Amino acid sequence: MSGGASFEFRFDDETIHAEEGQSIGAALIAAGHRSWRSTRIEGAPRGLFCGIGVCFDCLVTVNGRPNRRACLMEAMPGDQVRTQEGAGRGDLSC
Amino acid sequence: MAGSNRSPDVVVIGAGVVGAACAYYCSLAGLSVTVIERGAIGGGTTSACEGNILLSDKEPGPELDLALLSSRLWEEIAGEMGAERLEYESKGGVVVAASAAGADGLRRLTAAQRGAGVEAVDVSYGEVTELEPNITRDVVSGAYYPQDSQVQPVLATARLLQHARARGVTVLTGTEVTGFWRDARGALIGVETNSAEAPVIRAGRVVNAAGTWSGQLSELAGAPVPVLPRKGFILVTEPLPRVIRHKVYSADYVANVASGEAGLESSVVVEGTRAGTVLIGASRERVGFDRSMSLPVLRRLAAQAIAVFPFLAEVALLRSYLGFRPYCPDHLPVIGADPRAPGLLHATGHEGAGIGLSAATGHLIAQVVAGTEPDLDLTPFRPDRFEEAIG
Amino acid sequence: MATSPADSRPYDLAVIGAGPAGLAAAVTAGAAGARVALVDAGPRPGGQYWRHRRGDNGALHHEWSTFQRLRQGLTDHADRIDHLAGHSVWHVERTGDGFRTYALHSAGGDRGGDGDGAERVVDSRTVVLATGAYDRQLPFPGWTLPGVFTAGGVQALLKGQGVLAGRRIVVAGTGPFLLAVAAGLAQRGATVLGVYEAGRPTAFARHPVVVARNGVKLAEGAEYLATLLRHRVPYRTRSTVVAAHGTDEVTGATVARLDAEWRIVPGSERRLDCDTIAVGYGFTPQIELALQLGCDTWSDFDGALTAFPDSRQCSTVPGVYLAGEVCGVGGAALSLIEGELAALHAVHTATGAVPDPAAVRRLVRRRRAQLLFADALYEAYPVPLGWMDWLDPGTVVCRCEEVTAEAVTEAMADLGATDARAVKLYARPGMGLCQGRVCGYAIACLVGARFGRGPNVDDLRALAGRPVAQPVPLGTLARTVEDE
Repeated sequence: MSGGASFEFRFDDETIHAEEGQSIGAALIAAGHRSWRSTRIEGAPRGLFCGIGVCFDCLVTVNGRPNRRACLMEAMPGDQVRTQEGAGRGDLSC
Repeated sequence: MAGSNRSPDVVVIGAGVVGAACAYYCSLAGLSVTVIERGAIGGGTTSACEGNILLSDKEPGPELDLALLSSRLWEEIAGEMGAERLEYESKGGVVVAASAAGADGLRRLTAAQRGAGVEAVDVSYGEVTELEPNITRDVVSGAYYPQDSQVQPVLATARLLQHARARGVTVLTGTEVTGFWRDARGALIGVETNSAEAPVIRAGRVVNAAGTWSGQLSELAGAPVPVLPRKGFILVTEPLPRVIRHKVYSADYVANVASGEAGLESSVVVEGTRAGTVLIGASRERVGFDRSMSLPVLRRLAAQAIAVFPFLAEVALLRSYLGFRPYCPDHLPVIGADPRAPGLLHATGHEGAGIGLSAATGHLIAQVVAGTEPDLDLTPFRPDRFEEAIG
Repeated sequence: MATSPADSRPYDLAVIGAGPAGLAAAVTAGAAGARVALVDAGPRPGGQYWRHRRGDNGALHHEWSTFQRLRQGLTDHADRIDHLAGHSVWHVERTGDGFRTYALHSAGGDRGGDGDGAERVVDSRTVVLATGAYDRQLPFPGWTLPGVFTAGGVQALLKGQGVLAGRRIVVAGTGPFLLAVAAGLAQRGATVLGVYEAGRPTAFARHPVVVARNGVKLAEGAEYLATLLRHRVPYRTRSTVVAAHGTDEVTGATVARLDAEWRIVPGSERRLDCDTIAVGYGFTPQIELALQLGCDTWSDFDGALTAFPDSRQCSTVPGVYLAGEVCGVGGAALSLIEGELAALHAVHTATGAVPDPAAVRRLVRRRRAQLLFADALYEAYPVPLGWMDWLDPGTVVCRCEEVTAEAVTEAMADLGATDARAVKLYARPGMGLCQGRVCGYAIACLVGARFGRGPNVDDLRALAGRPVAQPVPLGTLARTVEDE
């Protein structure tokens, strides 16, 4: 495989190990997490499904920005990734 | 059943929201009805709207009177069917003015509207931001209209026809009217269709509720009404939690120096939906039936929406849809019996207010057909008014 | 603000997609002296077939040397090929003298994710659509549980990220891709409980001539089977996963035998103890840009909505060329050939430069051989309609909007919807973020079934038309000033 440098980022209160170039989704799965958001209507858990950016299931909040596709977004050292409830943007909810 | 759909009391052409309302109210009045639709139920302009039932955007006049009646009737319909069945919501409307001139104009408008029976409340900057926490702070004052309401247009159309069918109404989809039959005196006695099972349907009354295509249909009937298409795009965002509570738009004062006319010009209406998407609409173009995307128009819609709700800049556009709103040269609908072709009635030309005005239109048409005195004076909406203007 | 290139003449070609077909097209066109914009959503070229992360040495990929050659070609012709990486195309339209492509740049620069940066507008005389394809899905009870992935998703994790999707994996669905996925997993040391192929690919044996010509391809398939044997991974045909079980994630699957119509053979259901299910039912083209441009589309023999090219790789719209899996799934070798052909013809249209007839003939011959093989291969993997029997009323069929099979039925039974467009308006399948990409085929099948037919093209199109191909921030939309 490739021997890239490894680093860490945060997922909620947890530290997640990632290798250089890995997507956030891949790193979360490697760390044993299969879901990182809940759906808008049923509150059902979802994680990665298609892995290539087509299905929009793997949405997660990264550094305060909601609805990032975890399968496409490369993890960076120091990222703060958070479980997303529904559509995110709870701060605007009224 | 087969007999009744061959010779109903009324044929309604068009199963959009207006045709559905006509069928609903006619059947309620005990009349037998056949609806003829060349496409699918609600498949025309009805499926390309926001679902507005507004009083806020109308100045005193015949259209406002129609809207007041219609708003009340929609509330009744929702009460009877159950509001969730058509996603009816009395969410209310908020109009904001961003300039002093606009604020003055808005206050004059609300006063006039109150005189006509509309609940229109002048609100301060502070009250506006309480009503809509995410609204722009670039507001001088505003107006609040508790009666402005929302419905899911295609669902509402389907429900109206579902109830109508339960009262015996026949709905023929995928069937096009190809001609009109008249007797020796010129009165309408039926329609021809392209359906093998029902090539001729005899009826003493035919209602032209074909929306944007009612102009073409009226020519076929020998009683033309000048209905033209006005293209409108609506933007749909990604789903969000509830971030906008009412139907919101901005209205600012515009002076037309050349003609000395001055009036309020409104922006697009922005609102949230049950599904969580925000709708932004609609644009206005007179380009015939051209269905192509117009990116400059979409960009302008986006900019107008952001001017009212700055947070929308970070929200993604998910899709857009377009529809052709049927309008007449004087921007009033056509409702009522056509003296040029006895038996023919028109229910069309509602431009951007079709959903909102459909309930009253259906109700009034049913009254005319049943021989009852209509609840509104239909003179301003008469089908033959355009010939007078020319002649 | 739209950025115009320093040289503001339109490009000769805009190639959309940098997988095998797009890369082959761009490099071929550049070598022929044309000016090319290669617009690709990914931060690195390669598409899905050569999907890799930064620092990947290609050990897990097929034909990596071909990829390296093509990547080198981009560099060699860098004066003529503008590789717009990280640019997600959301709209393409015809203009007076060609085409305009609207793309969203990913603000994160290299890191991928979502286009929230600037908009980029690309004018070109011709367009080559090489947008590829993605796994087609059929819903089944429990398929929304975390731990159910598409076969492509499991492959992307493994090949592109070096990550195993789970520990005890069941691979199911239809198509030769399942073998590749399972073999890859087995080689990596995962416990693959079985490969459950719903069809009966012995039908492939009916085309011996084609098989003989394509010895290499068949060898690859045989290699996968040998790998599976070596790792003791069972391969079952006429079987598939018909339900996934678990509360918050997959803890088990039910596999069952199927009849020729893909209905469950009663009594054949078996429960497997697993934590991961990789599922895919063939591939379906990323077709929305072709639809935006007005290209005609038809149903491929396996039912997927496809835009078919003519012998010059041209769509039904002059100036719009198609290459790769977007015009019919047929493997990487075919994609490379089509990319070259499309480029030669697009360059001819754009600049008048006539391609070498011998080269064209060679490519056409190779394309014919590959197409025959693809036809035979994919004919072995049709999708019969009995799969709808697997659904419970409460099975979610639209994942984004959580629309159940029951809600879809109600839209037709109670509300009188007679086509997919109306079902979409009443019950909202296809209205969520993925805009019908995942559920489109299933919805079209469900609608068709109610009226005694298979999925028809109108219904497929109703769920495939996307005037906005990727979500675009409204602020970006509002800010861009276009040159007229």
